Amino acid sequence: MKKIKLLLFSIFGSVFIFGSILANAVEIEYWQYTYKARVEAIDKLIANFEKANPGITIKHTNFPYADYRKKVAIAISSGDGPDLVQLYYGWLNDYRDSGLIQPLPKDAFSHDEIESNFFKMVSSMKVDGEYWGLPTAVRSLALFYNNDLLKEAGLSGPPETLDDLVDYAKKLTKRDGSGNMIQEGLAFDGGIGQTHHFWREVLVRHYGGQPYSDDGQKIAYNNDAGVKALTYLTDFEKTHKTTSNGFMNRGQDGFAAGKVGLYIDGSFRISKFVKAEGLNFSISELPGHNGTRYNFSSFWANALSSKAKGEKKEAAAKFLAYLTSDEAMQVWLDTVGELPAKPSVALVDENKQHELYGPFIRGLDYATATTFISEKPQRQSVVDAYDMVVLQGVSPKDAIEKVAKKEQELLDDFFGN
Amino acid sequence: MIKNFWENLSINQKLAITAWVFLAIPIIFYVTIRFYPTYEAFYVSFMKWNLLGAKKYIGFKHYIRIFNDEDFWIVLWNTIKYALIGVPISLLISFTVAYYLNEIKFGHQTIRAFYFVPFLTTAIAMAWVWRWFYQPMPIGYFNIMLSYVGIPQQPFLRSIEQALYSVMAPAVWAGLGFQIVIFIAGIRAIPKSHFEAAEIDGAGRLQILKEIILPALKPTTIFLVVISTIGFLRIFDQVYSMSEDSAGGPLNATKPLVLMIYEYAFDIYKLGRASALTVILFLLLLTVSLLQLWFMRKQK
Repeated sequence: MKKIKLLLFSIFGSVFIFGSILANAVEIEYWQYTYKARVEAIDKLIANFEKANPGITIKHTNFPYADYRKKVAIAISSGDGPDLVQLYYGWLNDYRDSGLIQPLPKDAFSHDEIESNFFKMVSSMKVDGEYWGLPTAVRSLALFYNNDLLKEAGLSGPPETLDDLVDYAKKLTKRDGSGNMIQEGLAFDGGIGQTHHFWREVLVRHYGGQPYSDDGQKIAYNNDAGVKALTYLTDFEKTHKTTSNGFMNRGQDGFAAGKVGLYIDGSFRISKFVKAEGLNFSISELPGHNGTRYNFSSFWANALSSKAKGEKKEAAAKFLAYLTSDEAMQVWLDTVGELPAKPSVALVDENKQHELYGPFIRGLDYATATTFISEKPQRQSVVDAYDMVVLQGVSPKDAIEKVAKKEQELLDDFFGN
Repeated sequence: MIKNFWENLSINQKLAITAWVFLAIPIIFYVTIRFYPTYEAFYVSFMKWNLLGAKKYIGFKHYIRIFNDEDFWIVLWNTIKYALIGVPISLLISFTVAYYLNEIKFGHQTIRAFYFVPFLTTAIAMAWVWRWFYQPMPIGYFNIMLSYVGIPQQPFLRSIEQALYSVMAPAVWAGLGFQIVIFIAGIRAIPKSHFEAAEIDGAGRLQILKEIILPALKPTTIFLVVISTIGFLRIFDQVYSMSEDSAGGPLNATKPLVLMIYEYAFDIYKLGRASALTVILFLLLLTVSLLQLWFMRKQK
């Protein structure tokens, strides 16, 4: 009997001791999608963080982008999944609405500090008086151009205005004897890729409009500005015939193959083009119009999942603070090529004048991040408007009216109007 | 107790129990993996549900919205077009191939294998290869061939008129192998004596085809019609892989019902609406299957 008591005692004792060791080491989970450079960057940041905070370990999980949103939703709702999760800023409303994430604690992330330290588009993470996430890095658009092709066409320097862009695109387009395109002047993928952003945040604004009302609840592009912007965009394929959707598969593939003169995309595309053999390219800021410039910015934010509670939440908040520190932002720029989310890090001369990142970083100054409720169907309305004009011969005015009505229904549905 | 019970049973009873024990496995499988989700789909189709929150009963609202949705009718018509055009074309080709393939001896197996390979290939991989075939010059294979013979470039997947047929082509092609094998088996099952009797009576090839082979193949044909109709009504992989952004475009020109269901369920998480669409698809497939049963009965 005594022996049994002793045995039980020692078992309980060791369980207790073991348990208290475990309790001291908090393990939190961090989720993002698989992209080699991002995975490397996060691994690097985790190593730095764990060294400075011995009590916290971080499990880094990543999986393909295609399943990302689904897996996150299912895992968190079943009580599993990440404590800290990366999400595209355009999904914020969707994630918030589904109860997947929680507001950032105000004591650790003061609103005044966020607002004075981060670029202004980060304010799109503020809803109902709370911040729901913060980015390490932001993105913007710029114009990639093929130096060899420009030189061959007798052009020097990048196009500076929207009119220049048309002119350049015309001069850079080549066709064979039977009229088949063999070199594309300006490539974009008919609304897919970054084109819909370019239309919404750059072209619509250049023509004096804005894509959505300030509260994001109403379509604001269904007017003259939207029609002019769509006309400008579709004219490349329809009238100027400098663009052919699907040429060389996608714009980025055609540009990488040296068969495209001009191409608009984000800084994350640099790494692809740097690796393309024989491609001699440069980057410039997006062309302006009437002396102003606009740009679109987007970002992936880090947010606390609704699953993180107690000490895990504290540890997750601590890691989030590190992820949004100046040091982490520089690591991210050097590893991933995405731009720092704070002007204090981004707008240093060395970054601003950088041959490749410079134009993107300068673009951040006048960039807007669209407030999406759900990016995919909203992108589809630009794709559809484009196809109506180019493939069906619908007038830009009718096309805008049609997609605006459908998209407004989507917004109404979301906001419960 | 159990031992006593077992020993008191007659042999027939024991056999029955044993049989049911084995049958229980597929029954449990079907009930939990097939029937229960089907029932759930009906149930969810009356609910508003985003996968995470609580389900909220809203009656027939989803159905009313679906029937008032212009896109739904386009998508339904696309789905029917896939079946209505795809099935006759694929059966005509596969029967012709099977008929002539049956007559040759040299290389019969090899040719049959060639036709069967696409059936074994992953639909996604095949669809992507075809997607490249359809590209404009200078990389699209079909357009390069067209330009050799002096025919202007065709937009294929980038055309509202041509896209559906361009997507249908690999689907037809992939199904051929299976249909050919079934047709050959059907032709070979016809008793030799019928052909001999016909020859003695002086029937020509066309007459033999019309009077003997086609009537004898009726059950085979009905079977293939039903299987491939259901296949085409459920078309998904090809459209998902071949349309830009997997959106069933341009302008919904290639979108079938299943892709619409997928989008509602997994792009915007309207599970209720997706379930209602699933119920509609289910009823469509049920109707097709019942019509088949009715035809088969009439046969006898």
